[in-house]
Amino acid sequence: MALFYQIPKLNYHKPKNLNEALKLLKELGDAKPIAGGTDLMVDMKIGRVKTRNLIDISDLREIRKIEFHKDSIIIGAAVTLQEIINNERIRREIPILVEAAENLGSWQIRNVATIGGNICNASPAADMAPPLLILNSKLKLSSINGDRVIPLEKFFKGPRQTELMVDELLTEIIVPRESCNAGMKFIKIGRRRAHTLSIVAVAVAVRTMEDKIEYVRIALNSIAPTPIRAYKTEEELIGSRVNEVEGKVKKLIEEIKPISDVRSSAEYRREMAVKITIDALKMSIENWRCKEK
Amino acid sequence: MKIIRFQLNGKWVEVEIEENMTLLDLLRRKLHITSVKRGCERGECGVCTVLLDDKPVYSCLTPALKAEGRSVITVEYLSKNGKLHPIQEAFIKSGAVQCGFCTPAFILTTYALLKENKNPSEEDIKRFFDGIICRCTGYVKIIEAVKIASELCNQS
Repeated sequence: MALFYQIPKLNYHKPKNLNEALKLLKELGDAKPIAGGTDLMVDMKIGRVKTRNLIDISDLREIRKIEFHKDSIIIGAAVTLQEIINNERIRREIPILVEAAENLGSWQIRNVATIGGNICNASPAADMAPPLLILNSKLKLSSINGDRVIPLEKFFKGPRQTELMVDELLTEIIVPRESCNAGMKFIKIGRRRAHTLSIVAVAVAVRTMEDKIEYVRIALNSIAPTPIRAYKTEEELIGSRVNEVEGKVKKLIEEIKPISDVRSSAEYRREMAVKITIDALKMSIENWRCKEK
Repeated sequence: MKIIRFQLNGKWVEVEIEENMTLLDLLRRKLHITSVKRGCERGECGVCTVLLDDKPVYSCLTPALKAEGRSVITVEYLSKNGKLHPIQEAFIKSGAVQCGFCTPAFILTTYALLKENKNPSEEDIKRFFDGIICRCTGYVKIIEAVKIASELCNQS
């Protein structure tokens, strides 16, 4: 009966701990880890992803933790977006993650979709990527042979392509504490407000001193093959006066390569990218001033 | 094939299923619970919503085996001994049902929302309902129903 979308036959594995999961990943070779499944299930239904083995990692205790250390905050890859939204300490210490999570998908999605899944799916429109990029986040990639830690900006290789090896699993997202000390803002534009993919989104982090920008991070999604940091624009802004930001952000169009698709034209993306980056910068500066007081 | 054991509307059930089956197909085709609707099948429309451990999820995007050992609630759970749940009364009272296709999903989501927040504001209701589409566009009455439901639930 081929009336409906049908996922091809597969084996569903439910390892009891992380070690068992990593062992399976290595042994099976072609297995796909599944957490919330909100992207992967669609991809399997439409045939974009083919696998004979799924490894359910959503209940692994080792990657469901949120830890607050002196120098860093560690978020397990299988922490759901709703858990991030509901976590009072994250809301207080990294509110930009909550802002981004609240605007992602719908309640049904957020209840199961994970922060690690959003990163590993490596959509150009990944909403958790811009805030994590401006936080200078690092990722812990684990395999049965050991772990490695890489900066998030080294992780994305192209649309749905990442640095992950077939036997590796993203296990932790590491946010350095010092990056949290900034004024921040996340702005997303979609075709509507609820349950929508981004046309363009931006996250900004700023510190100013005597009305000059002394630290700035800008990251966007949906305007390049992967979510990106806007390094050139950041460079342009460093040392400039707060009232000069508008002119400086015009440079942004030189480093973004938006395409036209079902959600938006490239032209609209380009204009809105500049507009929301300026808005986010101004609001971040305001947030930093409030924080400093 | 694997045997799955889970609580369906408060009762343990055991079923043999294919490992590639979605929770939607397990409920509709194996267990004949047709209040769980098949809509877009890709997590856009929300009419397949069920409660997994009391949280609304899209059953079309949930592998059936994720229900192992857990609780699955469908709208059948709400009425007891032939008496409708206050949420169902509220949906009738405000006329929040038109074609009815999205109604089980909205009622279940209301049930989950009122467990978390006994007095949701209109903004809260809209935010927590962002995952279901009423194709008759009867949202005004649905939001009204939730307000009535919260009053009825708080009284009883």
